[in-house]
Amino acid sequence: MYFLAAEGGESAHNPIIPLWQEVVVGSVAFAVLCFVLMKFVFPRMEQTFQARVDAIEGGIKRAEAAQAEANQLLEQYRAQLAEARTDAAKIRDDARADAEGIRQDILAKAREESDRVIQAGKDALAAERATIVRELRAEVGTIAVDLASKIVGESLADEARRKGTVDRFLSGLESTGAR
Amino acid sequence: MFGQANVLAAGQAGFPPTVDDFYLPSILPWGQDSIWFTKITAMVWIAVGVLIIFFLATYRNPQLVPTKKQWFAESIYGFVRNNIAVDMIGHQGVRFAPYFTTLFCFVLLTNAFAIIPFFQISPNSHIAFPAILAIISYVLFNYIGIKKHGFVKYFKNSLIPPAPWYILPLLIPIELFSTFIVRPFSLAVRLFANMFAGHMLLLVFTLGGFAMLSANAWLAPVSVLSWVMTIALTFLEFLVICLQAYVFTVLTASYVQGALADEH
Repeated sequence: MYFLAAEGGESAHNPIIPLWQEVVVGSVAFAVLCFVLMKFVFPRMEQTFQARVDAIEGGIKRAEAAQAEANQLLEQYRAQLAEARTDAAKIRDDARADAEGIRQDILAKAREESDRVIQAGKDALAAERATIVRELRAEVGTIAVDLASKIVGESLADEARRKGTVDRFLSGLESTGAR
Repeated sequence: MFGQANVLAAGQAGFPPTVDDFYLPSILPWGQDSIWFTKITAMVWIAVGVLIIFFLATYRNPQLVPTKKQWFAESIYGFVRNNIAVDMIGHQGVRFAPYFTTLFCFVLLTNAFAIIPFFQISPNSHIAFPAILAIISYVLFNYIGIKKHGFVKYFKNSLIPPAPWYILPLLIPIELFSTFIVRPFSLAVRLFANMFAGHMLLLVFTLGGFAMLSANAWLAPVSVLSWVMTIALTFLEFLVICLQAYVFTVLTASYVQGALADEH
């Protein structure tokens, strides 16, 4: 009732009729606010949100990529390791086989060498022996003839040409000695 | 009318408070019958200035990992963006989020002046300001609808509900009335009336206390009760302030959503 009275008489104000001056002021002020906030603030917030999303998703993606790469590398290393192991085994086998071959070779060579040395020794010995025997035979013949000459008193040197006698004797000695 | 006369005679606010208590004197030029620069318009400029300074200062140098202030500014925007714009309109609501946030902040802060000491009246208790915001919302949702669907299809969508033909003669006028005529008024009046009534209530209980005290010293305990009520009502007013800012923004979003919807 007071409201009506105010409207009717004393009050110049009607609260549901806007004052045009306030409409102007409010419009300008709100326009300024909208301009500044919608142009300089909220788009940047949206950008920041986006950057944040990118950063997080990018981080996840990077981590996934790194994980995948790591797995791939691990597989690769495993494969390489297995390969290296088989290679090593093969090399070891080869080496063992080679070593065996070389050992056989060396043994064979050594045997051959020793045989050769023994043979050479034997040959040398035989040659020596033959020489000695020949020299001895000549010397023993001469000595025997000399001794015989002294005992007989005459030179049997001429007879020495009948060397066959001495030789025969020696041969007989040899054969008995050898026996 | 005696109260009024007393007020004028004593040069102080009388009881009961009147509509005139909402119309404050001109500050510049002082004491003249001008309304270009009153406490009300000053508060509007202060609200605009505070919001601009707050957001520019907190968002001058945005970091990926926010500082506390930046986080606060972001959560205001994030609240309106996610809980109003995206919730009501869907994914395409993001492009309206900047306006909705501006609207929400402006209404919230100008409402909040109703209970901030020394301001203690909301500019929104003058219908001019809610009316501006309501007209912007009205123009916005109609513009969006016409832009999306074209003029004819938009009005067909808005006016013709999916109903049997024989009920349409009844429904079309109702739709026309509710969508294109009532909406801006209901938006503006809802906000204005809430803030007007809130201020009036606080005035009644505050001035009532003084009135009773001056009428009879024995009424002092009742005066104290009246002032306690004022404090209680200030809390209620705080609730109304937040709620009305939220409701205004949500309704605007809802109108935009309705304009964008393909079917009725």
